[in-house]
Amino acid sequence: MNFFRQLAEKPWLPEPVWAQALREAGAPARQAAPRVALSFFIGVASILFFMLVTAYVGRMAFEDWRPAPQTGLLRQNTVMLVFASIAMQWARFSARRGQMDGVKLGMLAGGAFAAAFIMGQVLAWRQLATMTFFDATNPAIAFFYLITGLHVIHLIGGLVAWLLVQDKIWRGAEIAELRQGVALCTRYWHFLLIVWLVLFWLLFSGNDNLGILLALCGIR
Amino acid sequence: MVDVVHDAVGVDDVPAAEVEDVELYHAKSWITKYVFSQDAKVIAIQYSVTATSIGLVALVLSWLMRLQLGFPDTFSFITPQDYYQFITMHGMIMVIYLLTALFLGGFGNYLIPLMVGARDMVFPYVNMLSYWIYLLAVLVLVASYFVPGGPTGAGWTLYPPQSILSGTPGREWGIILMLGSLALFIVGFTMGGLNYVVTVLQARTRGMTLMRLPLTVWGIFVATILALLAFPALFVGAIMLLLDRVLGTSFFMPSIVELGEHLKYGGGSPILFQHLFWFFGHPEVYIVALPAFGIVSDLISTHARKNIFGYRMMVWAIVIIGGLSFVVWAHHMYVSGMNPYFGFFFATTTLIIAVPTALKVYNWVLTLWRGDIHLTIPMLFALGFIVTFVNGGITGLFLGNVVVDVPLSDTMFVVAHFHMVMGVAPILVVFGAIYHWYPLMSGRMLNEGLGRFHFWVTFLGAYLIYFPMHYLGFLGVPRRYFELGDADIYSQSAASLNAFISLAAFAVGFAQIVFIFNLIWSLRHGRPAERNPWRANSLEWQTAEMPPGHGNFGKELPVVYRWPYDYSVPGADQDFIPQNQPAGTPGARAAKA
Repeated sequence: MNFFRQLAEKPWLPEPVWAQALREAGAPARQAAPRVALSFFIGVASILFFMLVTAYVGRMAFEDWRPAPQTGLLRQNTVMLVFASIAMQWARFSARRGQMDGVKLGMLAGGAFAAAFIMGQVLAWRQLATMTFFDATNPAIAFFYLITGLHVIHLIGGLVAWLLVQDKIWRGAEIAELRQGVALCTRYWHFLLIVWLVLFWLLFSGNDNLGILLALCGIR
Repeated sequence: MVDVVHDAVGVDDVPAAEVEDVELYHAKSWITKYVFSQDAKVIAIQYSVTATSIGLVALVLSWLMRLQLGFPDTFSFITPQDYYQFITMHGMIMVIYLLTALFLGGFGNYLIPLMVGARDMVFPYVNMLSYWIYLLAVLVLVASYFVPGGPTGAGWTLYPPQSILSGTPGREWGIILMLGSLALFIVGFTMGGLNYVVTVLQARTRGMTLMRLPLTVWGIFVATILALLAFPALFVGAIMLLLDRVLGTSFFMPSIVELGEHLKYGGGSPILFQHLFWFFGHPEVYIVALPAFGIVSDLISTHARKNIFGYRMMVWAIVIIGGLSFVVWAHHMYVSGMNPYFGFFFATTTLIIAVPTALKVYNWVLTLWRGDIHLTIPMLFALGFIVTFVNGGITGLFLGNVVVDVPLSDTMFVVAHFHMVMGVAPILVVFGAIYHWYPLMSGRMLNEGLGRFHFWVTFLGAYLIYFPMHYLGFLGVPRRYFELGDADIYSQSAASLNAFISLAAFAVGFAQIVFIFNLIWSLRHGRPAERNPWRANSLEWQTAEMPPGHGNFGKELPVVYRWPYDYSVPGADQDFIPQNQPAGTPGARAAKA
């Protein structure tokens, strides 16, 4: 029964509609709870980044906008995050097929590439801070630190969940016990990759893309 | 581990089925049972006690404000700086740390698992963390009273650039602690909020379809979704403002000269903060109002012994109000200098939101119509809510229009409006709900006489405070002013009305002390409550023991056969049929007909 059909129910009517609803309601599906929770969390995080992008766009529409200087490291970091996602997806496929070695390797590689991405971001922050054009009052620079910082914090949160799954692996858990954890981590990795690709393409690759979009919309 | 078996022997419609066991955390010590507890009911009480305690601080702050406004030049210990700090802390505490925390953290935690037929929230550990982070947020907020400069006096909206410039009280540490506390609150709430939503979606007992949920759960459920989607905007705004204050970034700070000195800020947009703040701020009104709508629906139906009129409409209205609340935020910003076309758009959406809201009011009234109305204390508060909400809502229609709002925007009219609609109305529901569910939580009834005193003084007192305040607004008396001084533009009646309002506020405040006394006194000395004293249908009253024990429902989870509003069903043995009563059993003869 889909959500809107459920909302169209008439609970005051007598049976047999009631009885059918009872049968269809089924038992509590607790195993699905973490998946639903992650979906909602992804919704919350999406709003957060959407707000930041909107704020960035709003500020960029001003005449005195100065783009942030570029750091080449971001492209390499992007590649790291793509690899992280691919590795996690591999772990997920392996979990489905029951291949424990693939799960172990995929998870390990996914975590390692994610850690490499974080280190790369830290290097990019340091690199930017040493540039001649660095100016804390330039909104573009401040936005760069804020948005990438929040993205990294979300990734660190993901690594905590990743560690919990790793812990299960090290303790020798069966593959059936790991399947959900691996799937959820993979989903979260993909989400953070998509967020990063949007941020990178829109905001941190020279502002040309966003500038063109704003011009098309008549905002700039 | 609790064995959970749905035993439906003898019931035609629900096949017997065994449900997988539910892992419940069992406390092993006093500390894990009552302090770091993972039981939603204990967490609910922790939330409620903390929220009420900090709410009492905000109440005292309002008295201090009223002392100054009613009797200016009398109390030398209240300086203009103090006054602004009182305003700021009173507003923020009441809106966020009291009402949001109490409705969602308090009532949400207590009622959701019980009403949906679950043993607990789906993530009890995260639920516990949510409370402790909330407590930390409250402590950080309170700490601002003990730092140099005291708490921030920027007004509860914390608008930059003023909030972080010299001259604003609490510019040194107060604003930093306020923003940090808000960020913590949001993190804690997100943990709790995910729990509430997922519990409603995933942990309902068998037979509890979405359209059999009590409206209380619907209100809390949709309000939680609103909060999850709206709080990120405040989070972003708070973090950016914090960076402007601490690291000297210029997200919101324009190029500015302060005391003859050109500050290093430049290029920021103060309006951007207003947009972020109100993108959160307006849904916040409904984050508080929707649980109140839901609870009041259940109170009215139960105490009028009649099924709620238009249940499906009520659910849809809650969902539609929730959706619309995200497209009205800029009606708080008509005087910010934004594009007039924006104003037209937001005025239109604001007026549209009155439609589903009015629909709910009609349905409450129609539920009462020809009902068997019992004027119990919860019912009195519910009736008080309807009247107050209509009054507050109507002045909202005034202010939703740009041309009316502009002259009234900075006057006491706005203060009166939002206190009626967002302060008094929801808090009346809070009181009604406490009188209604106190027997369930404590096993004892609250004292009836004290309760009636509490209601009448609060209800009538609130009108004595806020009706004259609307008039002050029409006279042009500005809000946020420490004192009016000798301005000739205000008649003498403005000053005497202010004194009158203050006296009424003290009386209402005193009634709250009586209420707190009643809460504490009745815990030991209240009349023992019978099982299901209001003869209600919803599952929280059908637990194995009262107050409900750990795991809520004993060995077997209830199975639900009907909606929660089967009151006064013709031909039934009693005037209520609990949700877990199968059709065809003696108490539910009519339902089979």
